[in-house]
Amino acid sequence: MLRVDRKKCVGCGECEEACAFEAICVKDNVAVVDPNVCTLCGACVDTCPEGALEISSNSGEADADLDLWRGVWVVAECRGRALAPVSLELLTQARGLADRLDTALTAVLMGYEVGSESQRLISYGADRVLLVEHPELAAFIEEVYGNILADLVRKERPEIILAGATAMGRSYIPRVATLLETGLTADCTGLDIREEDRALLQTRPAFGGNLLATIVCPRHRPQMATVRPHVMKVGVPDLGRKGEVISISPKEELLKHRSRVLESVKEQAEGPNLTEAKVIVTAGRGLEAKENLALVRELADLLGGALGATRAVVDAGWVSDRSQIGQTGVTVSPKLYIGCGVSGAIQHIVGMQGAEIIVAINRDAEAPIFNIAHYGVLGDVKEILPLLIQRIKKERG
Amino acid sequence: MNIVVCIKQVPDAQSVHFDTEKGTLVRGEAEAIINPFDLHALEAGIQMRDSYGGEVVVLTMGPPQAEDALREALGLGADRGILLSDRAFAGADTLATTYTLAKAIDRLGPVDLVLCGRQAIDGDTAQVGPGLATRLGIPCVTSVSTLEVLDDRKTMHLRRVCEEGYDLIEVEMPALLTVVASLNTPRLPSLKGKIRARKAEIPVWDAQELGAEPGRVGLVGSPTQVVSTSVPKFEARREMLEGSPEGQVEALVARLKEAGIL
Ligand SMILES: Cc1cc2nc3c(=O)[nH]c(=O)nc-3n(C[C@H](O)[C@H](O)[C@H](O)COP(=O)(O)OP(=O)(O)OC[C@H]3O[C@@H](n4cnc5c(N)ncnc54)[C@H](O)[C@@H]3O)c2cc1C
Ligand SMILES: Nc1ncnc2c1ncn2[C@@H]1O[C@H](COP(=O)(O)O)[C@@H](O)[C@H]1O
Repeated sequence: MLRVDRKKCVGCGECEEACAFEAICVKDNVAVVDPNVCTLCGACVDTCPEGALEISSNSGEADADLDLWRGVWVVAECRGRALAPVSLELLTQARGLADRLDTALTAVLMGYEVGSESQRLISYGADRVLLVEHPELAAFIEEVYGNILADLVRKERPEIILAGATAMGRSYIPRVATLLETGLTADCTGLDIREEDRALLQTRPAFGGNLLATIVCPRHRPQMATVRPHVMKVGVPDLGRKGEVISISPKEELLKHRSRVLESVKEQAEGPNLTEAKVIVTAGRGLEAKENLALVRELADLLGGALGATRAVVDAGWVSDRSQIGQTGVTVSPKLYIGCGVSGAIQHIVGMQGAEIIVAINRDAEAPIFNIAHYGVLGDVKEILPLLIQRIKKERG
Repeated sequence: MNIVVCIKQVPDAQSVHFDTEKGTLVRGEAEAIINPFDLHALEAGIQMRDSYGGEVVVLTMGPPQAEDALREALGLGADRGILLSDRAFAGADTLATTYTLAKAIDRLGPVDLVLCGRQAIDGDTAQVGPGLATRLGIPCVTSVSTLEVLDDRKTMHLRRVCEEGYDLIEVEMPALLTVVASLNTPRLPSLKGKIRARKAEIPVWDAQELGAEPGRVGLVGSPTQVVSTSVPKFEARREMLEGSPEGQVEALVARLKEAGIL
C-alpha cells in the first residue's frame, strides 16, 4: 500500500495534484491517502519533494526453488531468415549480465532455415544456441512461438530471459510469461544486476516517459524483460568464438494454432525502419502541405535515415500511422533526430527525447521543442530544408 | 455476437508540461480519461454489434471512480458496463490484471470476441491483451489495423501492423484482438446514449464475487515490483543557432560534422 511518512510530509500538496484519481488530499498539513481509491500507480511517489511517500508490498520469503534457475537467455528474432539487429544488442548486453552472474549465455533461435545464423549469435557472445527449426515456424504465429519457448524454459530453467521489445516480441513474450506465471517487464531501457540476490534490475520509462521505474521480480523465475531496440550498444563480434549449437525439433502438440499468416507485406520499400534508424527526419504540421514532405524524404534519404511524423501529420493523411512518433506511436532513440515544423507537444516529445542529438527547425521561437533541442534553427522549413539539403550534398561532393 | 471490450482509465498526459529551469517534465493536475487506444477497441466492438447483433460489454478493473470511464463507454453505445473493483486489486501488474480480467470474462459466459487497446498510455506495457488471451485459451492478434468477419462468422481476416509493413492474418473466433488507432474513428456520444448512461446500473464485482484467489490479485499477486522511480533529467542543451538561414545551416552542418554524423 501507499504509505505516508508523517514525519517527512510537510503538507505541500504536490502529491494531491499529481494524483489522477483524487486518492490523496492534504488534511491538517499532512497527506492522507484513501486506500479505496488509490491504484498504487506511483505517480505521486517521485513528485514528493520530501520523499515522504512509499509504496510497500508484502514481499514474502525468498523461494527456496529460485536457486534451481540458472543461466541467461536471449530470444533471437528473425525477420525472414536474417537476424533482427536488436538480437545482437541483446546478446552484447546479456553477455555482461551473464559474466556478472558467472553463468552461461544461451540464445534461442526459432524459425525455418535460420540455422546459418547460429554462428553469428555465438560470435556476439552466446555460449550455446538452442536452434528450433520447423516449416511451421517460417511465419510468425504467437501461439506456436509462445508454446515452444515456454516448453523450453520449463525444461531448462534459465533465471533471466530477454527479448526485443519489437512488434513480434511484444506480442508473444507476454504469452510465455503468462504460461509460466512469472513477471515480465515491458520495453526496458536499462538492465543491471543486484549482486546480493542475483536480481535483474529492469529500468523502463512509464507514464509516457515522464517517469523511470526500476522493477524487480524477486520471487518468481524466470525474470523476463523485453528490451527497447536501439538503446543498448552492439559489441564487436569475435568471429573465432566457439559455442555449442543444439538442434531441437518441436513436439507436434506445440505446433497447434488457430491463426495463420496469409501474407506478409512490406510497406517500406527501402531504407531503415523507424525504430532501428540511426537518423530520423520528422515531418510536422509546419510543413504546411503534403507536397513539402518530399523535402523531408530527401533529407532522410541523404542521411540514410527514416521518415518520422507527428500525429498531426498522420491525422492529415500525409503519411501512414506507422511513422508516428510519440505516446500513441512508436518510441525512438536515434543518434540524430531532426524535427521539421514540429511544435514539440508532450505526447510527441516522450517518443523522441532519447535521441542523442535533437535538431529543431521551426519558425516560432517559442515552440516548446526548442526547450529540448540541442540545436535550434529558427526559420521557415520551406527555406531551411532546401538549403540544408544542398549544403549536405556539397559536403558529400 | 458477444463482445467484451476491456478499457482502462488513465491519467491524461495533456496536463504535463516541461520545466525549463529544472529540466524535467512536470505533471500538473492530472485528469482521468479512457485510454485512447481503448476508444478504438470500443468503436470496433460497437460496429461489430451493429452489423451482427449481440451485445458489447465494457469491462474495467480499477478504483471506484473508474465507473466514470464505463459510463462514458455506455454513452458511446456499449450495452453494459462492469466494474471490477476491490482494495485487493490495487497495485496489480499485468499478470495479476489478466488473472482478474479473465475471471470476470469467464463469469460472463461464452464470448466471441475480446477487444483491447494496443497499450495503455500510462503503463505502456501492451502485455495485458496477449496475457489475457493466454488465460482465456483463445488466440491473440496484436496491433490490428483492419478487420473483416468472413461469411461463416467464425473466422476473421486482419491486418497486424509490424515494423516493416503488415501481416494479413486469418484467425478463428473466439479471439482477442488488440487494436491500433488507424482501425477506425471513434464516434462521439449521442444525447440518448448519455441519458441512458447516466441512468444505467453498473454492477461492481469484487474479489469474492469473482471467486478470485486472494494470492493472485493486486500487489500480492504481482511478481514484479517497483523498487525505485526517478524523473528523467533532460540536459540543459538548448543552443539556438544564429544568423541568416544560410548561416544557421552552415553552423548546423559544422555541429553535425563534429558529432561524426556527416
Ligand atoms: C492522447 C493523445 C495522444 C497523442 N499522441 C501523440 C503521438 O503519439 N505523437 C504525436 O506526435 N502527437 C500526439 N498527440 C498530438 C500532440 O498533442 C500534438 O497535437 C502533435 O504532436 C502536434 O503535431 P505538430 O508538431 O506536427 O503540429 P503543431 O503542434 O501544429 O506544430 C506545428 C509547428 O510548426 C511550426 N511551423 C508552422 N509553419 C512553419 C513553417 N513554414 N516553417 C517552420 N515551422 C513552421 C509552428 O510554429 C508549430 O510549432 C497526441 C495527443 C493526445 C491528446
Ligand atoms: N485495469 C484494466 N482494466 C481493463 N482493461 C485493461 C486494464 N489494464 C489494461 N487493460 C486493457 O489492456 C490494454 C493494454 O494495456 P497495457 O498492457 O497495460 O498496456 C489496454 O488498452 C486495455 O484494453
